Amino acid sequence: MKAEHGTLLTGAQMVMESYLQEGVEVIFGVPGGANLPLYDVLEAGGVGISPLPEGIEAKEYPVKHYLVKHEQCAAHAADAYSRVTGKAGVCYGTSGPGATNLVTGIANAFMDSVPLVAVTGQVISPLIGRDGFQEADIQGITIPITKHNELVRDVNEIPRAMQEAFYIATTGRPGPVLVDIPRDVLQQVGKWYWKDKVQLRGYRPSLNGTDPNELAKAAELIEQSERPVIISGHGVILSNAYAEMRELAEKANIPVITTLLGISGFPGTHPLYLGMPGMHGMYWNNRAINEADLLIGVGMRFDDRVTGRLKDFAPKAKIIHLEIDPAEIGKNVRPAAALQGDVKGSLLELNQLVRRKERGPWFKWLDDMRSNHPSIVIRDTNEVLPQYVIQSVYEATQGDCYVVTGVGQHQMWAAQYFWYDKPNSFITSGGLGTMGFEVPAAMGAQVAAPNDTVWSFCGDGGFMMTLQELATIAEYDWPIKFAIINNGNLGMVRQWQELFYKNNTVATPLKNPDFVKLAEAFGILGLRAERKEDVVPVIETAMSHKGPVVCDFQVTYDENCYPMVPPGASLDETIDQPRYETAPPAVSREKVAVGR
Amino acid sequence: MSNGASRIRPHTIIALVEDRPGVLNRIASKWRQRGFNIESLAVGHSEKPGLSRMTFVVDADTNAEQVVKQLDKLIDVVDIRDVSHEDIVAREMAMIKVKADRQHRSQIIDIAEVFKAEVVDVAPDSMIIEATGEEHMIDNLVELLQDYEIIELVRTGRVAMIRGSEVSHPHDEGEEEHYERAPGVHTW
Repeated sequence: MKAEHGTLLTGAQMVMESYLQEGVEVIFGVPGGANLPLYDVLEAGGVGISPLPEGIEAKEYPVKHYLVKHEQCAAHAADAYSRVTGKAGVCYGTSGPGATNLVTGIANAFMDSVPLVAVTGQVISPLIGRDGFQEADIQGITIPITKHNELVRDVNEIPRAMQEAFYIATTGRPGPVLVDIPRDVLQQVGKWYWKDKVQLRGYRPSLNGTDPNELAKAAELIEQSERPVIISGHGVILSNAYAEMRELAEKANIPVITTLLGISGFPGTHPLYLGMPGMHGMYWNNRAINEADLLIGVGMRFDDRVTGRLKDFAPKAKIIHLEIDPAEIGKNVRPAAALQGDVKGSLLELNQLVRRKERGPWFKWLDDMRSNHPSIVIRDTNEVLPQYVIQSVYEATQGDCYVVTGVGQHQMWAAQYFWYDKPNSFITSGGLGTMGFEVPAAMGAQVAAPNDTVWSFCGDGGFMMTLQELATIAEYDWPIKFAIINNGNLGMVRQWQELFYKNNTVATPLKNPDFVKLAEAFGILGLRAERKEDVVPVIETAMSHKGPVVCDFQVTYDENCYPMVPPGASLDETIDQPRYETAPPAVSREKVAVGR
Repeated sequence: MSNGASRIRPHTIIALVEDRPGVLNRIASKWRQRGFNIESLAVGHSEKPGLSRMTFVVDADTNAEQVVKQLDKLIDVVDIRDVSHEDIVAREMAMIKVKADRQHRSQIIDIAEVFKAEVVDVAPDSMIIEATGEEHMIDNLVELLQDYEIIELVRTGRVAMIRGSEVSHPHDEGEEEHYERAPGVHTW
């Protein structure tokens, strides 16, 4: 039951009322001195202050709070929850260290354009700026990593601040918003209000900014192009433009590359799908980008990991850029046509103007490139190769699950050796590249999709950064399947040392704990695969187990991730996977054999 | 045509911003991140209640377009534009405290008059000159007054405005389009 306008509420209750208005059902957080009033209202009977002020009634709110073990994980869990549901994720931290612990998670959401509302407690108003116990200027700290933030100094500002926070986080190019509320403000009493709509002079996100001239130009470029490529990004997923993206590709007969965050925005086994480009992208994609006469960037930002050396990027191509954020247009590349607006709307209009065109020689070129370059062939060996583990999970699940990853080699392999036919099923830390994301993000994904299977591919390094959350997972019995790709070192860093620092492997070997015993210590099933023949049985046991599982896949120590564009090199300098004489056809090779 | 037009440095940026705490911090943070040095910054109330107008002059080594776009994204920035290449009137105010004993007082007053500057304070051995004009005019005045030993100099930094009846920050107060994202059904 939503409160009536004018109802007397405490500040903490107002925050809860804003969740009713916004449909928030889940919060991840950690309590502390300054945000205790927010916790008091989570259970019936509390209003954020004792004794009950006159005229205030306690109320029960249908919002579920999950207690995590570290605030960073509250932010990551809310981030992944948001990615899976499309709604804003909400996380809590107290003042000072609670708030600063959120920072990595907020920065991660900022880089990947994820709508997140972080609500932090602040020390009481009279102490602000006086080095109070557990005081940190979290508003100042998070200015560069939030879309917006606010320190609320008056209880009567809370409804407005919360309404604006959700509006700003979820509209336009989404992003995190932090609302910092001092404890005394949470305990003050004010009159509730909620506006019909938010009006902000300095913020007017527009859904349909598509200029008809630019649209016509784009359609003409597509019509004339002999060798076009679509690069589909996170924007396609964020704007729920799956069908429109697919329609453009199919209607105009254009192959599709997805960026790391664009993966699962286009069907992974679609005949027009080419995989990922860039630093660890498919060899043929990087060559195709530099051979193409037209690039259609949809909801993506031409990140340096995609483009390689910018001045040699796509030298023959004209560029059409579909993008909601005006600051991204022209930032890294100069588009010949720019469709600024929500990509779903832009695609709907563009699709009206395009028609099928046969591009036989271009597809032949791509086919030849693909059959001549292995890129994702797994060599035949009795060792446990990380790629084999990931592909075996794909075979076992047939892609019917959410895949969460950390950052590094295993993340790239999860992008390369898994075919995402479930829309929006790949949850990864792209822009910030946050190791440790894999554990809390899996929690958020599982909460968002309780009836789906969640596989989390973990690096042994990243897993060690956030594994305290196994206690949270055990407490709530979330049936997450963790696959630790355990190579005993910080693999991607070691690969850079090998390739670019004369193999001076400083500080990359890891002395890991016994992950099976560790899981058991948390009350979680632990499984280990030391030999190749253990891999599939371990996956099957994990999938048939009802609760959470930690699988320790002891893979080869020094497998490198290819293809690779060396840092600072152009896409033309992509180093492909070495050719293995013993290489069999990849298990799912036929799945990516191009058709049209 | 203003004779100062040819002297305009590349990046004069004017912005209409919300008048509330933290705005300057947000804006400064973006300039800092991109490595721009702010040469001058002038802030004051605008003609609209609750909104301030800022004039920035930033060093011009790199293209400011990207930063201006980033600044425009700030919720607190209502509008911002780079007017470096537009026809603007730009002025600055300076106060110059200069050593002035009985012998030199009249010479300094003569110099001030040439520059249409005013004497706003006279003490037994010093004077304060207030000058308003284009920066190069103030530069010249300062140079001449250096003969008499400048005790203290303070300058407001540039303020700028577009010539003619054009509004620098046209602001549409009209109805906002209703924003509704596509529902969260994920399907190809």
